[in-house]
Amino acid sequence: MTHPDVAELLARLYEPDPEALSKLRDSLVGAAAEAGVLDIAYRTVDSPVGTLLLAATDDGLIRVAFDREDHDAVLVSLAEKVSPRIMLAPARLDRAAGELDEYFAGTRRAFDLPLDFRLSSGFRRSVLAHLPEIGYGRTESYAQVATAAGSPRAVRAVGSACATNPLPLVVPCHRVVRSDGSFGGYRGGPEAKRLLLSLESGAPVA
Amino acid sequence: MNVLTPKAPFQRIVEQHGATVLRICRAVVGPDDAQDAWSETFLAALRAYPDLETGANVQAWLVTIAHRKAIDITRARARAAIPVGEVPERTSSVEVPGPGRHELWADVAALPDKQRMAVAYHYLAGLPYAQVAEILGGTVEAARRAAADGIRTLRLSHSRNTEGDEEQ
Repeated sequence: MTHPDVAELLARLYEPDPEALSKLRDSLVGAAAEAGVLDIAYRTVDSPVGTLLLAATDDGLIRVAFDREDHDAVLVSLAEKVSPRIMLAPARLDRAAGELDEYFAGTRRAFDLPLDFRLSSGFRRSVLAHLPEIGYGRTESYAQVATAAGSPRAVRAVGSACATNPLPLVVPCHRVVRSDGSFGGYRGGPEAKRLLLSLESGAPVA
Repeated sequence: MNVLTPKAPFQRIVEQHGATVLRICRAVVGPDDAQDAWSETFLAALRAYPDLETGANVQAWLVTIAHRKAIDITRARARAAIPVGEVPERTSSVEVPGPGRHELWADVAALPDKQRMAVAYHYLAGLPYAQVAEILGGTVEAARRAAADGIRTLRLSHSRNTEGDEEQ
């Protein structure tokens, strides 16, 4: 007659039901938000340019990240730069996810979302502030953006502002291209940039 | 062992330690209050998380918080004059049911507080006795003895119960 050791039995005895655990996590998100200690909520959404990570503070959307950026690494970086009080809270990003869906469906030309720009500062921030003025389906060169942002000679700095845009898609850095008409770099990769520009050039818009 | 840096996104902390914390809450405060204890533990942890020292042992930190919450709950229950250690004859939604388990739950609940906590923190959370002692107060030797006494009681009672089952 063999009895499993009591210690081992205890460990198995208290194996929590995964469903109960996931309910507890959900209600923790609600309690954390209510207590004002949920600093960053995030979720992922599927899109034609791959799975996107969306993260928001109370002030607004703070980060949109492409798959190739490594979402885990992006969250760790948000923990360091903003706050480690980060939780998966899909419902808090429903509006952003919905607007992105509409954008990819060709039924939305501009985003109407509160944005939190605290991840960029100085000249980069003034570049990002200008980008939404480039209308849907249009493009500007890095040099034009430099002029619009008040520093005509800062063409390379515009390039790095676009390359480090924390809010790609929503702040349309994909509409900034090289003077010779070629696409230039993109945080989401050249294929994603091509896809977005062709979506905007030919999409039927309701 | 998977070591998290303290500044990992809190979501990772919940994913990695949520089950263990629920297990020890269940063992220490019983099925009725386990979920409340879990929620209060993680809410307090989230609040304090930015101040957690770099390199701190996250699991031991969480167990320490859970221990404080368990004591709060146990005291509140004592004030409400409900006897500590009584386990209702039903399964809770936090665990998977199975044959012969009620007896063991009841046996754990019947242990003296120190023994029950020492068993939970050492055998369920896997903390070394030095950390168990820090959480419970007292010496490492006392923590070791409390866990050993608790386990001995459970082992005796468990073998009695399962022998009884076989006779039936």
